[in-house]
Amino acid sequence: MSEERQYSVMRDVVLFAALGLLILFIFVSQGPVYSLRMMVEAGCYAIIALGLTIQWGYAGLFNVGIMGFIAAGAATSMIVSFPQNADFWNSGGPGLVAMFIVKLAVSGAALWAIYRSERWGIGPKLRALLTAIAIAVAYLVLSEHMAEMSDEIEQASGWMGGLGMPVFVGWIVAGIVAGVIAWLVGKICLGLRADYLAIATLGIAQIIKHFLKNADWLTRGTLTVSPLPWPVQTPADGEFIMARASYLTVVAIAIVIIYLLLQRAYHSPWGRMMRAIRDNENAAASMGKDVNRRRLEIFVLGCILMGFGGAVLIHFASIYDPSGFLDLNHTFLIWVMVILGGSGNNRGAIFGAIFVYIVWVMSEPVALMLFNLIGTYGQAWLGWEPPSDLASRALQMRVFVIGLTITLVLRFAPQGVLPERQARH
Amino acid sequence: MNELVFFINKGLVSGLIIGSIYALGAIGVTLIFGILRFAHFAHGDMMTLGAFVTLILTAALAALGITLPVPLAFIAMFPAMVITAFIAIGLDRTFYKPLRQAGARPVVLVMASVGVTLMLQGLIRLFAGVRARDMFIEAPKEIFRIPFPGATRPVIVTEPQVLLIGFVVVAVIALHWFLTRSRLGKAMRAVSDNPELARITGINTNHVVWATWIIGGALACAAGTLLSMDVTLKPDLSFNILLPIFAATIVGGIGQPYGAIAGGFLVGFCETLAVFNWSILLRPFRDELWFELPNSMALVPTQYKLMVPFLILIIVLIFRPTGIFRGRVLA
Repeated sequence: MSEERQYSVMRDVVLFAALGLLILFIFVSQGPVYSLRMMVEAGCYAIIALGLTIQWGYAGLFNVGIMGFIAAGAATSMIVSFPQNADFWNSGGPGLVAMFIVKLAVSGAALWAIYRSERWGIGPKLRALLTAIAIAVAYLVLSEHMAEMSDEIEQASGWMGGLGMPVFVGWIVAGIVAGVIAWLVGKICLGLRADYLAIATLGIAQIIKHFLKNADWLTRGTLTVSPLPWPVQTPADGEFIMARASYLTVVAIAIVIIYLLLQRAYHSPWGRMMRAIRDNENAAASMGKDVNRRRLEIFVLGCILMGFGGAVLIHFASIYDPSGFLDLNHTFLIWVMVILGGSGNNRGAIFGAIFVYIVWVMSEPVALMLFNLIGTYGQAWLGWEPPSDLASRALQMRVFVIGLTITLVLRFAPQGVLPERQARH
Repeated sequence: MNELVFFINKGLVSGLIIGSIYALGAIGVTLIFGILRFAHFAHGDMMTLGAFVTLILTAALAALGITLPVPLAFIAMFPAMVITAFIAIGLDRTFYKPLRQAGARPVVLVMASVGVTLMLQGLIRLFAGVRARDMFIEAPKEIFRIPFPGATRPVIVTEPQVLLIGFVVVAVIALHWFLTRSRLGKAMRAVSDNPELARITGINTNHVVWATWIIGGALACAAGTLLSMDVTLKPDLSFNILLPIFAATIVGGIGQPYGAIAGGFLVGFCETLAVFNWSILLRPFRDELWFELPNSMALVPTQYKLMVPFLILIIVLIFRPTGIFRGRVLA
């Protein structure tokens, strides 16, 4: 047992040393400005990957809607921290938005009351009927209000603008909003089989993206919002290295804090209970553990981290563009990071995130070069006319490779390069 | 009466068409879900793949100078269905079977199918690009204009739509016959109901798995082809069509092919009727209404069409997770 432990510590050291060498090589060959940008982005992905590794590794939850939670977090943080739009605050807009929130709260309260109406002696059939009526009424009222509100705001002031709060507040609210969405989804799907959660998260991600793309009054839709504020000095005055280095510091501090907290949670009785549920749900349930509740906790926690990570990522990019959220980059890439790094192992997730992101970024020029080469030689030797959209096709190669990696890792190395370290008692 | 014709064209016909596509996809998904016990995320891309196989065969037929009274793509679809069925079996043997034999949890299989969907997506776009293509290589599609009594505008149905409806009717009857009369079909239902019991009674599970993939793959190919004959062939179906198909599967009850058909039509009609502009239908009664008729009266704005299957899914999961036809919840 102690040998095994030593072996796995060695493995950590060797892999992280190799990763360090790779990063060093990139710094030397690509210059610090480029490398710092890549490291910050890799760090944001690491936060998101930590969120996924607790969902998948601690509790076995299959979330295919990471992109949606990232997008929700990013949009929230943008709204909270972007400077205020004076036109909006001087128009009738704030009143309409306030009314909308009041109506939303009333509908929520009504639904909650119906949901809990069992105690007043209302039977399940009547309750279902009441719920259906309440949902229908709430939907009609809210959608009509929303249509009116969006027209009004778009005419009066273009869009709502931000709230002008500090960036850190935006990041935290981003996590909270992602968590609330996760709570709603989890509440519905977690009592059922894992596949349902996958289907539902896939759906919610597409819907969040559609909403953000079309909600011009709230987020300017596809017109994009920039520049997003930074928590540190922005590189406006040309000091790229300094600015990016300080942003990287902020991200690194966030990763360390999250990592330490997660390690504590993993080794606590709560973490042990989570693993017990993951490994044998029936046994854990028969010991009196509330399986669904625990799962809901970890699902929400993971999604909070995803929303937070998404917010950090989008602020660094400094431009909010809802079309930029892609299933491939923001869901499946993260899955590759987590299962390749080793699910259920926080160090594995961080390693996987940084390593896979570096490979991902490097693969773009490599794929383009490779395909140009094939195109040139194909033309010269075989008289083959390469299609004009060769560049966009070359990038599709990466989609294939992501898919291949997922299937190969699942089959041949289901534990990843840094497997979960099973504690023996 | 023109308003009624508009409703038939935009509401009923398009609901029927998209519903048939969802039904064809959902039959495959529900059989795979019921027998192999995992949600097959690669089904959308299997549809695209099947449509591309058809396109290649159609181009080959057109190059040979063959002309037929029906569109070439429809004829090419049948060999393409066979090819797609073999591809489906091949995918199973390469990617899913090893995991099944290693005793992986169903959710790992779901993840593997996500991997497969990305691989298919990448390969299709790598070789075919991302632009839309027309399935009618040799001749433009025929459009039937059926005069409607009392209206100046005709009911419009296109040739691929007629073929689609005909194909769905034949496919459903054939499937019903296969599942209730043939030995293999009965074995499939038995495995879906209780895999252990089925194995003990000596049913060859391998044959059942093959039959599942053959039906699933062939119908996915047909759905993809007929959909792209109706509109155009675009390689971006995958996730957008997956959600309505899953919704149809779950509404109908997992492992219930008839449920999947009903669910497919339900989701298809809900989707088109939710985005249908009802104010057009009410326009003739403008003067008798007690309220001012707004210009647009759709339940859901068109850009949020995807919300409809999702809401159906959520409602079913809350109130009746077994679906209409009492499928398994698979807890």
